[in-house]
Formats: sequence, C-alpha cells, structure tokens
Amino acid sequence: MIFRRENDASRLFSRRAAVLGGGQALLLTALVGRLYQLQVLEADRYATLADENRINIRLIAPPRGPIVDRFGRPLAVNRENYRILVVPEQTTDLEATLDRLVRLIRLPAYEQRRVLREARRKRSFVPVKVRENLTWEEVARVEVNAPSLPGVRIDVGQRRYYPYGSDLAHLVGYVGPVTEAEMTGDPLLELPGFRVGKAGMERVHDKALRGEGGTRQVEVNAVGRVIQELSREPGRPGARVMLTVDAALQARAADKLQGESAAAVVMDVHSGEVLTLASSPGFDPNAFSHGMSETEWQQLVNNERAPLNNKAIAGRYAPGSTFKMVTALAALETGAITPETTVFCKGHMEFGGQRFHCWKAGGHGRMNLKSAIQQSCDVFFYKAAKRTGIDAIAAMAERFGMGHKLGLALPSEAAGVVPTRDWKRANQGTAWQRGETLVTGIGQGYLLVTPLQLAVMTARLANGGVAVEPRLTRAVLDPGTEKAPDPAADFPDMAVDRASLARVQAGMDAVTNTPHGTAYGARIRAEGEHMAGKTGTAQVRRITMQERREGVREYDELPWEKRPHALFVAYAPVAAPRYACSVVVEHGGSGSQAAAPIARDILRATQERDRERDQARGPDGTRRRG
Amino acid sequence: MLSDGRPEATLAYKLLHASWSLVFLQAAIACVGFAMLYSAANGSWEPWAQTQMYRFAAGFAIMLGVAVVDIRTWMRHAYTLYGLGIVLLLVVELYGVVGMGAQRWIDLGVITLQPSEPMKIFLILALARYFHGAALEDVRQPLFLLVATLIVAVPVLLVVKQPDLGTGAILAMIGAALFLLGGVPGWLFFAGGGLGLASLPVIWQFLHPYQKERVMIFLNPQSEPLGSGYHITQSKIALGSGGVFGKGFLEGSQSHLNFLPEKQTDFIFTMLAEEFGLVGALGLFFLYALVIVLGFVIAFRCRHQFGRLLALGVTTNFFLYTFINIAMVTGVVPVVGVPLPLVSYGGTAMLTIMFGFGLLMSAHIHRDVPVSRHGAVAED
Repeated sequence: MIFRRENDASRLFSRRAAVLGGGQALLLTALVGRLYQLQVLEADRYATLADENRINIRLIAPPRGPIVDRFGRPLAVNRENYRILVVPEQTTDLEATLDRLVRLIRLPAYEQRRVLREARRKRSFVPVKVRENLTWEEVARVEVNAPSLPGVRIDVGQRRYYPYGSDLAHLVGYVGPVTEAEMTGDPLLELPGFRVGKAGMERVHDKALRGEGGTRQVEVNAVGRVIQELSREPGRPGARVMLTVDAALQARAADKLQGESAAAVVMDVHSGEVLTLASSPGFDPNAFSHGMSETEWQQLVNNERAPLNNKAIAGRYAPGSTFKMVTALAALETGAITPETTVFCKGHMEFGGQRFHCWKAGGHGRMNLKSAIQQSCDVFFYKAAKRTGIDAIAAMAERFGMGHKLGLALPSEAAGVVPTRDWKRANQGTAWQRGETLVTGIGQGYLLVTPLQLAVMTARLANGGVAVEPRLTRAVLDPGTEKAPDPAADFPDMAVDRASLARVQAGMDAVTNTPHGTAYGARIRAEGEHMAGKTGTAQVRRITMQERREGVREYDELPWEKRPHALFVAYAPVAAPRYACSVVVEHGGSGSQAAAPIARDILRATQERDRERDQARGPDGTRRRG
Repeated sequence: MLSDGRPEATLAYKLLHASWSLVFLQAAIACVGFAMLYSAANGSWEPWAQTQMYRFAAGFAIMLGVAVVDIRTWMRHAYTLYGLGIVLLLVVELYGVVGMGAQRWIDLGVITLQPSEPMKIFLILALARYFHGAALEDVRQPLFLLVATLIVAVPVLLVVKQPDLGTGAILAMIGAALFLLGGVPGWLFFAGGGLGLASLPVIWQFLHPYQKERVMIFLNPQSEPLGSGYHITQSKIALGSGGVFGKGFLEGSQSHLNFLPEKQTDFIFTMLAEEFGLVGALGLFFLYALVIVLGFVIAFRCRHQFGRLLALGVTTNFFLYTFINIAMVTGVVPVVGVPLPLVSYGGTAMLTIMFGFGLLMSAHIHRDVPVSRHGAVAED
C-alpha cells in the first residue's frame, strides 16, 4: 500500500516536473525568438540608431574672408586670438589653479566667479573659457608655468582685426555675435562664438565673407566626449572682398577731418569708384571684436557728434551754394537765362513781399553766370530760380543723383530730399510757395543731400554729363580664383548740353583759380593738378531781421550747434577731370574757410598718389587704370 | 556501514562521483563572464574581471564543500537555515544599508551581504523538507497548505518591503514551482493566479514611485528616451545593432562609449550580444540550457523526494535568474535588477548560485541514500 502510494507520488512528481521543464523550455524558446527579432529582423534599424548615438557631426567654422582696399592692403583680417581654457576634471583643485593663474594674467574677481560658476554647470571635461585676447607676454608666462597649472590650456581662436582702426570703421564696419533674429537656419550661425557682419561692408558682403562650413564626423561617448575623429570635410573659406577705397588716402582724409564732425568723399569721375568715404569722428571697430563695456557703448551712442553714424552716406545736409551749378544748368536748359544774362546784385531782392538777402550785405554789383558762381552771388541765383521754376530745378537735381539712394546696399544710406510741389503737399500738407523756389535755388530750404550725393553731382559735372554711379566694391574673389576686378560699367549719358556744362565748369574753375573766387585761398598750385570747386555755407537757422540790422555775427561767436555747415565740392585736375571730392564740416562755419582747405588737401593727396606711382613705374610704364 | 550495506562513502569517492559535466559547464559560463568583464573595463582585468575570478574560485570551493556534506545533514538543518535567512532579512530591515533607494545590504565589514539572495536557497531547502515528508493526502489538507504558504509569504513580504519587487517575485515563483512539484492540487494554482491578478490594482497602490515608473517605462519605453526609458532603449539598440555576428570583441560601440548602462552587472548580456551577435548570445544560451537540463537529469536520478525537490528548486532558481535577466535586457519584462548568473559582476549572487550548485551536486552525490521523513537515516 505504502509502496503503491510512493509510486503514485513519484508519477505525480514526474508529471509535474515535466510541466515545469516544459514551461521553462517554452520561455527560453520565446527569448530566442525575441533575440532573433532584435538581432536579425530589426538589426538594420538598430544599427542605424547605434551609429546615430555614436557619430556626431560637428561643423568647422570657415575662416572669414579678408577685406582689402583697391591695392590689396588689409582692412579686415583674422587675427589669432589666444584664449585660456581650463578643463575642470584635469585640475586637481579648480580654485587653487585659478589663484595661481591670477598671479600670471589679469583676471578680475567677477571673471573668476564666472569661471567657477560655468565649471559647475558644465560637464567636467568641457573646457571653460577663462580669458580671451591674451597678449603674447601673458601667453609666454602661462606656458612657462604650465607644469604647475594642470588642466589649463591655451587655445588659438580667430578674432577680427581692423588694422586701420577708426579711419575706415564706417565703411568696413564690424562683426558681432549672431542675434536670435539673424538665425536663418544656417547651422554655421549656431556655432558658439560665430560672428557675422553687423555694419558696413562686413554686413553687405557677409554671405561671401562667411564661406561655407566644413564638417567633421567624430565618435562620441554617451556623455558627449569626443573619442576620435572619423572623417573631415573641409569647408570653403570666405571670399576676399576688394573695395574701391584707397586706405592710405582715406587715412589722410580722416586725419584732415580730425576733431570735426565731418565727412569727405573722393570718387573717380569716370568709373564711379569711391576712393575715400570718410566720416568723423570715428570709432574703434576692434573694440567690437574685443567686446566693449556698457559705459564705452553708452559713450558711443550718446556722443552728440554721432561717431557711429556714417555721415558720408547717412548725413543729410542742405547743400547751400554747392547746389548753384544745378540751378544754373536747369536755368540754362529751360532758357530762363543764357550765358550772357546779367543780374545786378544790390545785396538783396524783393519778392512776394519778402526780402531775400545775398550773403554779401553790400551786394556784388553786376553779375553774369560765371561771376555769380565764382563769387557765389545769391541774388543772381534767386532770379535764375524764379525764372526756371521748381519743377525744372528738382528734375535737374534728380538727374544729378539727389533725392534718391545711390544703390550702395549699405542700410544706412540716406535718400535725401529734393522738394517738389507734390512732395510738399504730401509731407507738409501745404501748397508750394513761390518764395521757396528762390530758397531752393541757392540750396537752402527743404533740400537735403548727403556728402556722397554731392560727390556724385560733382563727378557728373566734371565728366561731361555721364550719369556715373558710385561703387564701393571692386571685386569679390573666391579663394583660389584671382579673377580680375569687375569691369567698370558703362554709364548712360545724362543729355545735359555740353556747352552749358562747360560754362558751369568755367565758373567752378574761377572759384578756386581767380583772385575773386570764394575759394581762391584754397587753390592747388601744382601745375596740371589744379582743382575747380564750389563753396557752400548752409544755414541751420533763420537769421533774424534784428541780427541783420546789427550786422551778421562772425560764426566763431556762435555756439557750435548754431554755426552753419561748411561745404565744398571740387574736381581735379581741371584740364582732364579725374577725381571728384565733397567735404561737409558740420557747423564748421564758412565753406571757404572750413571745408575748402580740407578738400584741397585731399585732392592734392589723391593726385600726388598717382604721380608717385607713375614715377615709380618709370617714364614708359603703362599707367594702371584706377 | 550504511544501512543498505554499502560502505560509508569517502571524501575522495564523493568527489570522484560529483557531476563533473556540471563543473565544466559552470567553468565555461564563468569564463564567458570573465571575458565580458574584461571587455566592460575596455580591455582590462581591472577592476572587475580579476575580482570576479577570485569570487568564482571562492564560490567553487564553497560548492565543493557543500556538495560533500551529506544531504541528510542539509535536510536536518533546512529549517535552521531558513530561520537564519529570516533573521538576516529582519536585520537588513532594521540596520541595513540604504543603496539605490532600497535597504538591501548588510555591511559586514569585509563584504556587504544582500540576504535576499541566500534566502532563495534557504526557502528551497525549507520547502523541500516540508514537502518531502508529506503524503499525497497531506498536501490537500488546508492546514498543511496554510503553513506552506506562510513559509513562502514571510520572506516574500520582507523582501518586497525593502523594497525589492524583483527578488520578491522570484521568491514567490520559487515557492510556486515547489508547490507544483510537491503535488499541490492544480486548481489551487488557477485560484492563486486569479487572486494575484485581482489584487494587482491593490498592489499598485503600495508600489514606490520608482517602481511604478519602471513598470510604466516597461509598458512604453519610448515615452522618455533620454530619461528613465533610456536604459532599455539603449539596451535594445545595442542588441539589435550587434546583428548576427556582432561587432567583435571589445568593439561594441554602445557598450564602450557608455551608452549602455550597468554593462558590467545587469546589462552584461547586452554587451555580449552586441559584441558577438546572435551567434554569441545563442552560444551562451545553449550553455545555460545545458545546465538546466543537467539539473532536471540530476533530479530524476534522485531516489528521494527531498533531493528531487532540492535539485529542481535550485535549477528553477537558476532558470529564473537567466530568464528574467535576458527578458529584462531585451525589453520583455520590466527592469528589476536581476543579474545574469555566473556572468554579471557581483559577489552575493555568485556565492548564492555556487551554494545552490553545491546543494544540487550534493543531491547528485547522495542520490541513492535513504532519507527518512526527518532527515535521519531511514529505518525500514
């Protein structure tokens, strides 16, 4: 009986053990199925995922292209920026390491705190920037002490450097960190420390200067540490941008403008190439690369002489008497005057119940076109303007490049104002007064132009009526290709009567080269380099009757902001015009005193430059164009 | 002289008749472990592989020591050991070291002990002894079943309270396996299973947040690919990218670039499958399956119920380690922290497993000895 029961129990155990074993076998088989699913059926998908884990594509920032002047002088280049980085995990004690560093380099306490803060926030193998822009001496000091500074690394980055500093600051511009709004999806822009052009030609040619980023594939581990580089595809460095400017000439112009709030432009009257586009006071673009303090920035922004403004293209001034050539040409074209027309100037004229004064209280006496330009007689041009009418004057001003932008692509370029009947109705809401035509005729009133527009006007006068356009860029040269500069465009003829132009040119010649000319004192004496010009003195306020009775005060007696703007436009050489120049000195006083000497110096320097090059090349050397 | 007339077996005799095929399989699996730990340390014996070798050597000595002790001695002390296990669990509850959010370890100075591991073996011993003396009729007695249930429930509850849900579940499963083998009526399993399912919502309420999270992540690992679901997602990527033939020894990118977490412990199988592919994984699988088959063979050749229950209990425990670990790293069950036996780095699990193998070996060596109801020499 017992034996039987034993047997039953044994059979039950065998059955149950078989169930258990079967169950285990089933489960293990299921796992094999799962492994088959993962490692065979879905292997490709997981292999891709593993590579995505492992391989990280990193961008390599391309070196930014240089900006050079017309002779290849560097205006904006990349300089090596020595930085100190510290890798927290490689230091034994970060604070002690920083203490040792402070004895070697300048590092304010708040910067030390920033380093400690960043080190806490980042993973311990991520380098933390301690300081940038180390001097060579500081680099040497740190290198010598390297053994006692574990985890401290010197790294070479790139930083934009502007060798000409403030002289070309407005034209060349500067670079700065990418703002949220500038993120266009180009992954390059998201690189830490990447810089884009913020102003000037750095901004205009930003795309070309930027180049194309390369990529490198790196293997990273789970926390992002780079284990090894797998492959590298170099990018394309930024293009070399050659400007039309002559840096040495601009430096001399900037030197002449020193201390004034002023602008000067020099351009080639045939090609339109701008050789100088100077604005004063300037600012140091290198400060933007270094990073400037809040107070430095506030000083720049709040300065009443607006150093950040490029006055040569953004400053808007009444042209004053420099506009008289335009009035003259409009009057000649409409037949309002002939070259022989004479006007008697008694110091003022009456019109519509108002008295219009000439700058010369006693009057000029009998004036013709040439002497009126020579001595800048206002009464002559009041009469000429009155007979011509505002429509013809405005149309002529537009033809000479005023009242619209000249297509430089610089965002700060101003259009200026050439007032017309429609313009007044739209902007002032009142009808055009006939007296305003007279005021416009001598370049006052609503008329506003930029120094660049004045230079373009002068160039078009000098080159015989060709609608030359200003150009700032000579060529954008992709690295490796030494393409010739863009050929000068063919500019259309303005269809201005040649004889009339010659009369006006003769008047301008008389301004500087005859004893009665308003700028005779500022003439160029060198044979073959004479300049012709026109002064301008633009009132910034109305002169009251009382003041006139008491005698107009000398400009020097006025506070700075009430003095008139001094202007001068000129071209040279007279015999075969090549260069046009305009100078505006804000609140400088009279054009003949404040602006003409500067224009003379600049045009003399411009021509000297050519002469020196010709001599260096020898008597039979072919002269290079431009 | 033994009562059946055979001479008392000498030590040498016992060792000669030990299951050397089992020893061979253990050594093979342990060597796979050493290789993987060498790889986990990026091709270095430090810090894991070497320590693991010492542990295996120590475990091997313990196994032989346990194996040569007469199985009746083990049976006599089964309840004592069980009681010791319960005491250790209580000590851990009162004075234990908190690690990874749970109290599981006792710091003994030299080693830290995780008593829930040896408790598995002690539970097998106790249940084997309890069922050994029971006749078929006894097994149907409610009182008998109640005591058996208590034997399982006490350690399960203590371990779950630590909290260590995984080990608690394994203890319960070991209990269930021995109930099955002991002859508990089949309908009771269905009833118990039904009751378990019904109580799931209640259990859910008592789970710790991290446990709930693990379950939720198991149900939907993609829900948080960089958060807590990261482990299992990376493990699957490592397995899948290994393919059929693997990436090669020391070449597993997921493992060596640290995308794979816990690669020297719970996720070591993943690293093996990444570096040696499906072929390598199935190779190790085959070794494990052979160990389990060998365990069943030993059980069937045993002539006493205690030895059979002990052998299958130990084998089932081994199976549970293997199955749950691999199911876990392949995303079939939630991550519960069960090591891969003989391969994962870890001292307590290694000692527990070798202790278990010692008992299995003892059952093999003493398969023919007569065993009375209480572990004494049978008196016919």
